[in-house]
Amino acid sequence: MTISAPLSGAMAEPEHVTASACPACIAAPSAAAIAAAAAEEKGARLMLSLPTAHCAACISTVENAVQAVPGVRSARVNLTLRRVSVEADADVTAERLIGVLKGVGYEAHELDPGLLSATETDRQGRDLLMRLGVAGFSMMNVMLLSVAVWSGAGDATRDLFHWISAAIALPTVVFAGQPFFRSAWASLRVGRLGMDVPISLALILASSISLFETWKGGHHAYFDAAVMLSFFLLAGRYLDHRTRAVARSAAEELAALEVPRAVVLRDGVEVVLPIAEVAVGDLVRVRPGGRMPVDGVVFEGQSELDRSLLTGESLPVFAGPDTVVSAGEVNLTGPLVVRVTAAGRDSSLHRMADLVAVAESAKTRYTSLAERAAKWYSPLVHILSFGAFGFWMWKTGGDLRFAVNISAAVLIITCPCALGLAVPAVVTAASGKLFRKGLLIKHGTALERMAEVDTVVFDKTGTLTMGAPAATNLGEHPRAAVEVAAALASASSHPLAQALVAGARAAGIAPARVEELREVPGYGVEGVWKGRRVRLGRAEWCGSEPGDTTATYLCTGEGAARAFTFADSLRPGAAEAVASLREQGLRVMLISGDAQGAVADLAARLGIADWTAGALPAEKAATVTGLTQAGHRVLMVGDGLNDTAALAAAHVSISPASALDAARVASDIVLLGQDMAPIGDALRISRQAARRIVENFAVSAGYNVIAVPLALVGMATPLAAAAAMSLSSITVSLNALRLK
Amino acid sequence: MAILTFLIPVSLFLGGLGLAAFFWAMKTKQFDDPEGDANRILTTDWDDRPKP
Repeated sequence: MTISAPLSGAMAEPEHVTASACPACIAAPSAAAIAAAAAEEKGARLMLSLPTAHCAACISTVENAVQAVPGVRSARVNLTLRRVSVEADADVTAERLIGVLKGVGYEAHELDPGLLSATETDRQGRDLLMRLGVAGFSMMNVMLLSVAVWSGAGDATRDLFHWISAAIALPTVVFAGQPFFRSAWASLRVGRLGMDVPISLALILASSISLFETWKGGHHAYFDAAVMLSFFLLAGRYLDHRTRAVARSAAEELAALEVPRAVVLRDGVEVVLPIAEVAVGDLVRVRPGGRMPVDGVVFEGQSELDRSLLTGESLPVFAGPDTVVSAGEVNLTGPLVVRVTAAGRDSSLHRMADLVAVAESAKTRYTSLAERAAKWYSPLVHILSFGAFGFWMWKTGGDLRFAVNISAAVLIITCPCALGLAVPAVVTAASGKLFRKGLLIKHGTALERMAEVDTVVFDKTGTLTMGAPAATNLGEHPRAAVEVAAALASASSHPLAQALVAGARAAGIAPARVEELREVPGYGVEGVWKGRRVRLGRAEWCGSEPGDTTATYLCTGEGAARAFTFADSLRPGAAEAVASLREQGLRVMLISGDAQGAVADLAARLGIADWTAGALPAEKAATVTGLTQAGHRVLMVGDGLNDTAALAAAHVSISPASALDAARVASDIVLLGQDMAPIGDALRISRQAARRIVENFAVSAGYNVIAVPLALVGMATPLAAAAAMSLSSITVSLNALRLK
Repeated sequence: MAILTFLIPVSLFLGGLGLAAFFWAMKTKQFDDPEGDANRILTTDWDDRPKP
C-alpha cells in the first residue's frame, strides 16, 4: 500500500511544503504523542516525516545518515508512522537534515512537533486498552469457572467457584466499568438516558445480585455475564477511540507539515521567524514560489500572484507596490517585500477559522444511526426491566430476590452490543478500507452522512484540476513563434512559462537563439531575437487585450501579439470520479470562482452539464444551502479558501490534502493522494457501511426478540445469557467485517 | 477435589502472569512502532556489538 505524497507543486519551497501526510500514519497514533511529549521534555527535538521509508534498510540508512551530522545526539525512525525524531543541538536545522536525507535518497518534510499533541488522546487510548486487558483476563478466568458450574458442579464446589468468580469479577467490574459509570453519571446529571445508563445499571445489578446469590448459596450467578458485558463494550469503545485517534493523528500531521515561518527583514538583515513572532509593520520577504505567510501591502518589488487557493481564479494577477496581498497567495515571479498588516491569528486565513467553528457546531446537530437507535433502546430496556420486576413482585407476592434476579437477567440479555460494538466495528472497517484508498475520514458520522448524498458539487481549480497549467494551442502557431516563445519561457520559473517549455519540448521544438534574456517580474520575459526585441508575458505588456482563458502573449514586433493559451491539467482520476458518480445516479455540479471560458471548457471535458462560473465564496455557500433547503443532501468537494463556507454548509465535504488548512479543517474527509477516483468508491462504501449498521441492529433485535421473552418469564439462566451475548456480539462483528 | 486447591491458584497465577506481561509491554511502549520493530530485527547494524 503506497499512496504517493502529493506536493502542492514544484513551486513549493521547503518552508512552505504542503505535502500530504504519509499514509502509513495508519497505526499506533500514540507514537506521535509520545514523541511530542518527549520533545517537550528534552528541548531541541526535530521531527521529520519520511513518506517513502518502508523497509529495514531504510531504518539504518536514515538513522546513520542523520547521526553522522555533527551536533545530532540521536535519531530514531518510527516506521509505523514514517517519521524520524532527532535529538540535536540547537544549531542543527531541519533544512540541513532534509538536505542530508535527500542525499541518501529519502524525501523528508519537517513536522511541527507542537501540533502533534495527541498526548491526551493517547493517554485515553492506553487507559481503555488497559481496562480491556483486565476485562479480557478476568472474562477468561471466570468463564472457565462458569463452564464447570454450567456442566453441573454442585453444592460446595459451586459455591466455591462462585466465590472465586466474585473475587475476580467484582474488582474487574469496578475497574473496567469506570468509563461506563462516568458517562452514565454525566448523562444522568443533565437528565438524559444515554446508552451507558442501562449498561451501568446492568453491570451493577448483575454484580450485586450475583454476590447476594453467592452469599445465600443460590444456583445462579451472573459474574461471567457482567465481565463479558464490560469486555465486549470496552472492545467497541476501544475500536471507536482508535478510529478517531488515527484520523486525528493523520489530520494533525497534515497541519504539522506546514511549519509556518516568514523571512523578516530586521535592520536590513533577513531573519527567519515563526509566524507567531511576526508583528504588524514588519517587512517580510517572499521569494518567488513562496506562499504569503501574512496579510500585507507590497512595499517593494513586482511580481505576479497566484490567488487560486483563495478565489479559484486560475489567472495570475499582477502585484506591484501598494498591492494588497493576503496570506495563502503564492508569489510567482519576482521577490516581494511585504509590509505586514495582519499576521498569525489576525490574518485573513485565520479569520476563516471562526467561520469553520460555526460550521462545526452545525455538523454536530446530525444524529447518527446509533444515537437514533439508542434513543429508542434506553427507555425500552428500562421499562422492560422494571416491568418484569413489578410483575414478578406482584405475581410471587413480594419475592424481592426472584424479581431482582429477573430484572437483572433482562438487563443483561438486552446487552446493547449491536450499538456498542457493531457500529464502531463497521466504522473502523469502513474507514480502514477508505484509508487504504487514500481517504481520511475525519468525522465520526461522516460515513453515514455520505451514504445519504444525492448531489455532488465540485470546485474547479485545485480540486478537479491540479492547479498546474498545460499549453493547449502550440500547434496553431508557426514553428518559429513557438521556438522564440520557448526560448523566452525557459528564462522564467513562472508556472505558465514552465508549462510552455515542457509543451514545446514534448512537441519536439527546440528553443530559438534569443539573447539578452531578462525577466521583468510581474510582466514577463524579454530578449533580443534576430536583432529584434521580443517579449513574452502579460497581455498589456505586449499591447494586447487579455482574453478570458489563461494565456501568455508573445510579441515579436511584427503583426499582432500571439496568445499561447493554457488549460489547467486535470487531476488524475477526476474523469473517473465524475463518471462513477453519475453512474451511481448522483447529480454532479461544478461551481467555480474562475472565468467563464476556463470553467466551460473543463465542464465540457468532464461532461458536467450543470456548471457555474465566477461564483463568489458566499454564492457557493448559498448554492449549497439552497440545494439543502430543496431537500437535497450535498457532498461538496473543494480545496480553496473560497470553498470553505460551502464545505461547511454541505451535508458532508471532501477536500484534497493540498488544500488550505482552513478548507481541510472544514471538511469531513481528506483526500490524501492526488488521485480523485476514490471518491466514487467512498460513496459506495459509505452506503454499504450504513446498510451494515442497520443490518446489525436487525440482527441484535432478532436475538432480543427470542431472548427477552425467555428472560421475562424467568427462564434465562446465566448460560443462556452468556450464549446470547457472545453469539450476538460475534455475529454483528463478523457482519461488520463483510464490508467490501 | 483437593487438587482444586492447587489448580485454581496455579491457573490464576498463570493468567496473572499474562496480564502482568501485557501491562509491562504497554508501559514500555512496545506497541508504538510494530512495523519498525518487525523490520529492525533484520538489520545487521549492531550484530557484532551492542548499540552504545
